[in-house]
Amino acid sequence: MRYSFSRKQLCIPYAAFLVCFVIAPLIVIFYYAFTNGEGRFSIQNLINFFTSSNTVGTLFYSILISVTTTVVCLLVAYPVAYILARSNIKRKAILLAIFVVPMWINFTLRILALKEVLSVIEGNLAYHPFLNTIIGMTYDYLPFMILPLYTTLMKLDNQLLEAAYDLGANKMEVFTRVTLPLSLPGIVSGVTMVFLPAMTNYVILDMLYNNTFIMGSLIGSYFNAYDWHGGSMISIVLLFIVFIITWATKGFTEKEPEKEAIL
Amino acid sequence: MSKENIIELKGIQKCYDDFVAVKDFNLEVKKGEFVTFLGPSGCGKTTTLRMIAGFELPTEGQILLHGKDISNLPPNKRPINTVFQRYALFPHLNIFENIAFGLKMKYVDVTYKNSKGETIVRKEKLSKEQIREKVKRVLEIVDLEGFEKRDISTLSGGQQQRIAIARAIVNEPEILLLDEPLGALDSKMRKEMQIELKALHEKFGITFIYVTHDQEEALTMSDKVVVMADGMIQQIGTPEEIYNEPNTVFVADFIGESNIFSGKMTGKKKVCFCDAEFDCIDDLPAGSDVDVVVRPEDIEMVPSENGQIRGTVKNVNFKGIHYNITVQSGENEILLKSTKHVKVGEKLGLRIEPNGIHVIHAETDINTYEGVITAVDKVAFADGEFDCDITKLYPGSSISNNNLYDMDGNKINVIGNSVTVRVPISAPAMSDDIDAGGTKGHIASLIYKGDHYHYVVRTKSGENIHLRDKSLWNENDYVSVIIPKESIDLSLNAEEAQDV
Repeated sequence: MRYSFSRKQLCIPYAAFLVCFVIAPLIVIFYYAFTNGEGRFSIQNLINFFTSSNTVGTLFYSILISVTTTVVCLLVAYPVAYILARSNIKRKAILLAIFVVPMWINFTLRILALKEVLSVIEGNLAYHPFLNTIIGMTYDYLPFMILPLYTTLMKLDNQLLEAAYDLGANKMEVFTRVTLPLSLPGIVSGVTMVFLPAMTNYVILDMLYNNTFIMGSLIGSYFNAYDWHGGSMISIVLLFIVFIITWATKGFTEKEPEKEAIL
Repeated sequence: MSKENIIELKGIQKCYDDFVAVKDFNLEVKKGEFVTFLGPSGCGKTTTLRMIAGFELPTEGQILLHGKDISNLPPNKRPINTVFQRYALFPHLNIFENIAFGLKMKYVDVTYKNSKGETIVRKEKLSKEQIREKVKRVLEIVDLEGFEKRDISTLSGGQQQRIAIARAIVNEPEILLLDEPLGALDSKMRKEMQIELKALHEKFGITFIYVTHDQEEALTMSDKVVVMADGMIQQIGTPEEIYNEPNTVFVADFIGESNIFSGKMTGKKKVCFCDAEFDCIDDLPAGSDVDVVVRPEDIEMVPSENGQIRGTVKNVNFKGIHYNITVQSGENEILLKSTKHVKVGEKLGLRIEPNGIHVIHAETDINTYEGVITAVDKVAFADGEFDCDITKLYPGSSISNNNLYDMDGNKINVIGNSVTVRVPISAPAMSDDIDAGGTKGHIASLIYKGDHYHYVVRTKSGENIHLRDKSLWNENDYVSVIIPKESIDLSLNAEEAQDV
């Protein structure tokens, strides 16, 4: 019998991966989140989450860190991306690489190095836990903000800027009315790439001696204490937040079909 | 009808590093005129337009608007608007917002009377109501009423074009610049838009400066055509002047179809070409070399015995209204247009009336370069090195052992001496073998002249080598140029001559 190899069969490995490592764990998480210790259906975990000042506090602290990191990244990255993309400087690639190369260095090593630098400057790291966290996060996520911004600004049609200039806009107005709105897809994709991971990346906090929990470390602590039900519920709340943010920003990137595929 | 000049360009030059994009550009445009910059791509027409708009600053020269120098004014401070080649509509704004863009930036003088009865003039932005009214009116003018809320991406090319025009004219500019605005449209749409643009121009009385490489478009729409090539103005004139009395062979070749022949003036208002003598109306000194331009529609077919030129029909192409007929006469190929049908191989005579013959002074028939002697038998010029007979420069001298000796046997040091090199255009030949010749370059232009082509080969640094060739090469071909030793004429430059 002749064996016919169809395109459908090519997705078998991926489908298997999907079932084992995405769908099955999700079902397990949902099961634990909505059951109690006796295996019965319960929404007690959800109630616990929102009534405990500890968990709600952690949620707000995570959001605070995330928002601050994102804003700082955006403020630093936009001018860099703009200058790299719009000016005529030669060896743009090298300049871009300077900002991107740290990404290729081992994460732990990078943060350790940063820790040493900060220790020299601040003396004792324990005095500025929040500031250190933001510096660490920004350092780590900056390339993820620069790259999408750079790509959008590169693609920006120069004729549009000239048209605005020709129609009487001054340089500032050209920026606010044309460049900025047209770079919105880049901003949105940069923000999603920074905001979401920053909510859960507790390694940076740990390494920079910030003892406050964020969502990532909170989940870890629940599982370490064998409270799988509580930990699962926190994961689901976090998943829900991520889902809401993704859905809310979808409208901005819709015009770019290649982005839609990712979301 | 003499109106004031709205804009004047004086001695404009634009250089990018070594490259001269526009040079020696002088133009006066009167209020309300429709002026077209016409030329092949890369001739500097768009660069000139961009200097008028303010996107580029001229390296030299002045741009005067109503007599005031605006050369260094940024685009947003000039009462000039542009319609861009690819429309450049803002994709993030709808049609209303696109058209209102310029209006929102604009300040207008508003006169008030204060309590004491004095009039005060204040600069104010237009009100939302005024903007809405203006946008509505301009949309009516371009026949797109009610399109305010639509998205740019829902429009066809022609509609986008109209919005681009609307966005520019709503600001009531004094001059409207149009950079190949119809280039992206199909030919039928383009014809329609040509008529509409012309009508818009008449309606508004705004001065239009239009850039195109389409000669038909230029002739149809303009009051004044500026023909450009290699960054320089070739000719300025009305469409009729440009067509009927081209200044140069380039213009004759570029505008419409034409027969160009090399000829000679044989007497007062008499010119000889295609082995025959013709009466003409241009009076050039007898004996001078000329180029003769004859439009295909000015040639009449007659029975063989009555013809000034006799020939055989080589080719007949049906073109709808007329036939394009190619007649071979001796070495010359002559193109003519006629509604009469003839058969290939038929023998016939051709007549040309004096007013159908346009005579132009022949372009350079000698290439001149500044060169440097690099060896006892070599001179470098035109980005290359050629074998030359240097002994001719020093009467009685001879070469032995790679040294040049005068008649008394004294060594003459020639290396590094600068010379003027003259090469008649009949001498150089082109070769596909890049290393065969002394220099190489791209074919910058070619013009068919009845029995041969006139080529210009441009070297890396922009030196031109004019030459003739019977066979057809393509524009932009990369060729090497061979110049026989005998036909290179050298003369020592003044200071070196004194040293001898």
